[in-house]
Amino acid sequence: MTVRVLYFSWLRERIGVPFESIETDAVRVNDLLVELRKKGERYNLAFTQTSSICVAIDQELGDMDSDITEAEEIAFFPPMTGG
Amino acid sequence: MKLSVQEEPFFPDGKISHFANQNLETGAIVSFLGKVRSDPENPLEYMLIEHYPGMTEKAIEKMMGQAVKRWNLIDCLVIHRYGKLTPGEDIVLVVTSSKHRREAFEAADYLMDFLKSKAPFWKKEISQNGEAWVESKEIDEVALERWK
Repeated sequence: MTVRVLYFSWLRERIGVPFESIETDAVRVNDLLVELRKKGERYNLAFTQTSSICVAIDQELGDMDSDITEAEEIAFFPPMTGG
Repeated sequence: MKLSVQEEPFFPDGKISHFANQNLETGAIVSFLGKVRSDPENPLEYMLIEHYPGMTEKAIEKMMGQAVKRWNLIDCLVIHRYGKLTPGEDIVLVVTSSKHRREAFEAADYLMDFLKSKAPFWKKEISQNGEAWVESKEIDEVALERWK
């Protein structure tokens, strides 16, 4: 399946693009992260510390174990700092 | 309920007075205005606020709905800006209305706590010393625990 993957804040800066289409058979967010890390040093560096990374699946907050088999849009970002 | 996620500045006095005059059952209105502040030891030149269009609106509307239900609010308003903001500019306005003051106070407090760490915004500060993403604070996470 093809998913649209988005990056925000310093993740976007480290990876170098705000979004991209990814071909994947990943079942969970963690599986997708393993695949992304293999894409190169920039990805590996960006996803070193996944404990400080949040994920949204189709614009709803999820976690690294969330099922993504039906997902169309997956976003990775650091903890939010609104307000 | 009214939400606006916008780049352009807003006029808080006008927003609050318009909100205040809508319903005759309203006995209490609480407003909170968040501003860009500078630090004298490391003066801020400007701040860049990034957000996740689509999710931002969904997440805030959800928390507004929860606040209305939990405190039986008559109404609430949230305005949150993104883009480039300089010290002294307004970032966020939260206004709540209810029959009695306690509900409006608590709901505004709740909405601000959620906006701080559950709405997809990220702030970057640019000063003479360089630029840095604002890190989330543990105190903001702890604040959320109060509402469980």
